[in-house]
Amino acid sequence: MRALTWHGKHDVRMETVPDPEILNPRDAIIKITSTAICGSDLHLYDAYIPTLEKGDILGHEFMGEVVDVGPKSTLKKGQRVVVPFTISCGSCFHCSKQQFSACENGNPAENQDLGQTLYGEPMSGLFGYTHLTGGYPGGQAEYVRVPFSDVGPIVIPDGMPDDDVLFLSDILPTGWMAAENAQIEPGDTVAIWGCGPVGLFAVQSAFKMGAHRVIAIDHFPHRLALAKRFGAETINYEETDTYEALMEMTGSIGPDAVIDAVGLEAHGFFADNVVDQIKASTFLGTDRPHALRQAIVACRKGGRVSIPGVYGGFVDKFPAGAMMEKGLQIRTGQTHVQKYLPQLLEMIGNGELDTTFLISHRLPLEQAVEGYKMFKNEQDTCTKVVLKPGLELA
Amino acid sequence: MSDVRDDAPSYVSKDSDVQKSEAQQGEGTVWGRTISIMRPRDELYAFWRDFRNLPAFMENIVAIEPVDTGRSRWTVKGPNGDYQWTSVITEDRPGEALAWASDDGDVKNSGRIEFRDGPPGHGTYVRAILAYDPPAGFIGKAIAKLTQKEPQISATRDLRRFKQLMETGEIATTTPPNREPHS
Ligand SMILES: [Zn+2]
Ligand SMILES: [Zn+2]
Repeated sequence: MRALTWHGKHDVRMETVPDPEILNPRDAIIKITSTAICGSDLHLYDAYIPTLEKGDILGHEFMGEVVDVGPKSTLKKGQRVVVPFTISCGSCFHCSKQQFSACENGNPAENQDLGQTLYGEPMSGLFGYTHLTGGYPGGQAEYVRVPFSDVGPIVIPDGMPDDDVLFLSDILPTGWMAAENAQIEPGDTVAIWGCGPVGLFAVQSAFKMGAHRVIAIDHFPHRLALAKRFGAETINYEETDTYEALMEMTGSIGPDAVIDAVGLEAHGFFADNVVDQIKASTFLGTDRPHALRQAIVACRKGGRVSIPGVYGGFVDKFPAGAMMEKGLQIRTGQTHVQKYLPQLLEMIGNGELDTTFLISHRLPLEQAVEGYKMFKNEQDTCTKVVLKPGLELA
Repeated sequence: MSDVRDDAPSYVSKDSDVQKSEAQQGEGTVWGRTISIMRPRDELYAFWRDFRNLPAFMENIVAIEPVDTGRSRWTVKGPNGDYQWTSVITEDRPGEALAWASDDGDVKNSGRIEFRDGPPGHGTYVRAILAYDPPAGFIGKAIAKLTQKEPQISATRDLRRFKQLMETGEIATTTPPNREPHS
């Protein structure tokens, strides 16, 4: 089959690789119909994240048609499904608490040692990411193998277009959980750092959960305009002092809840190769947590801090004093995608959530390499690239 | 130092004498780990009690064949080729614990597995304790380290695979059986 493979910094290639096979009883094979490039794929593209190997297939946002099933899969050939980026077994302690992204059984045992050393617990399995998260081949390909296919994938009703539902795989539930973690109460003002896909879905979600005002912070004019379209007020941090603006806009109290949807940006997930660092006993590099620091300082006393943005290492000058003295509550984590799918699918179907506004480019899978370049270099207007195997260019 | 020990298992002690206190035959290295598994303790015990099941999740074990009641023949991949020994069951408390020890062969070793109820909703706490003398002494240990086959690394992975098999009915993998492992 054809697949987008990683070979090094800014070196991804379309290659012909072996088709995936059923390896375990609960597996299914999906023929990809749509797959997206994610902001976190850019971290891989920029080679900020260790333990990727040459030839790894990228992509964790995908959907398609079931073409093969193992004996314990509950899917049927021909069904259309969206697949969560988190690989979850459904029966471990964390899955039983619906904390699917903390699943203990999705990551092959031999890939768990490093995560245990770095974080005190092994990382869970994810598609198309690093070998820290299992080294599972991703979905920027013609076919993908989906483990625990009886737990993860959600079946899409006939007649719902791919473009409406594709983002159930990651960024829509991630934006939704970000708002949920902000524990929004009626009348709340919610400030959101970052108007990328997750931030924009968090804007919509926060209003759905009863926020009175949402203030969106970014420096890309097009992205701020999208946030405005969903009713957010905006701050362009290149033109305005963000902290002063937030204080002025909230009567010097500060926002009731803050959401850091920026995370590590493209800067230093791990400054260097993690393995080398462990050998040198100097441990992880430092994330640049500008948004997080600012969010904690701006949040009102007794307010809530939600962190969907991805961090991988350590943070310098973390404002522990502001956190404690102001009595903040902090919630974070990778998204428990499976938990949110039925509800979000229904809301898309009812027209309560707009998903397709985000798609700026649709390309054939064969042009995935160009898609990465575009997404990397035109961040203002290139909001989301969707790849479709077999798509003819208009 | 106080005479009263804390409640942590002996193998995590900072005192090397305490650390080795569970070595059944005075072996030089003791390793232990506890992992929670969301299955009833009787079921986990029963699976483990049939030693022929163990190679399914133990990466370095080639085979365990019953010899007679309480005795089994173990064949294990080592850094310098296969090792063999006969193990004898030294303790058997159904649903609670099982212990064994080698009584001949290449590598002096013993092991114990315990099954305890965790707090409500937290499954069974499965604790494995292995005691061994490193194969072929210092050089064997150095080779094992180089190839990442330090016994405790593979034992930790074995325990994780046991959990996966018991909780999900399968063992997570990305490697087709006919291909070399990725990492
Ligand atoms: Zn993503
Ligand atoms: Zn699980």
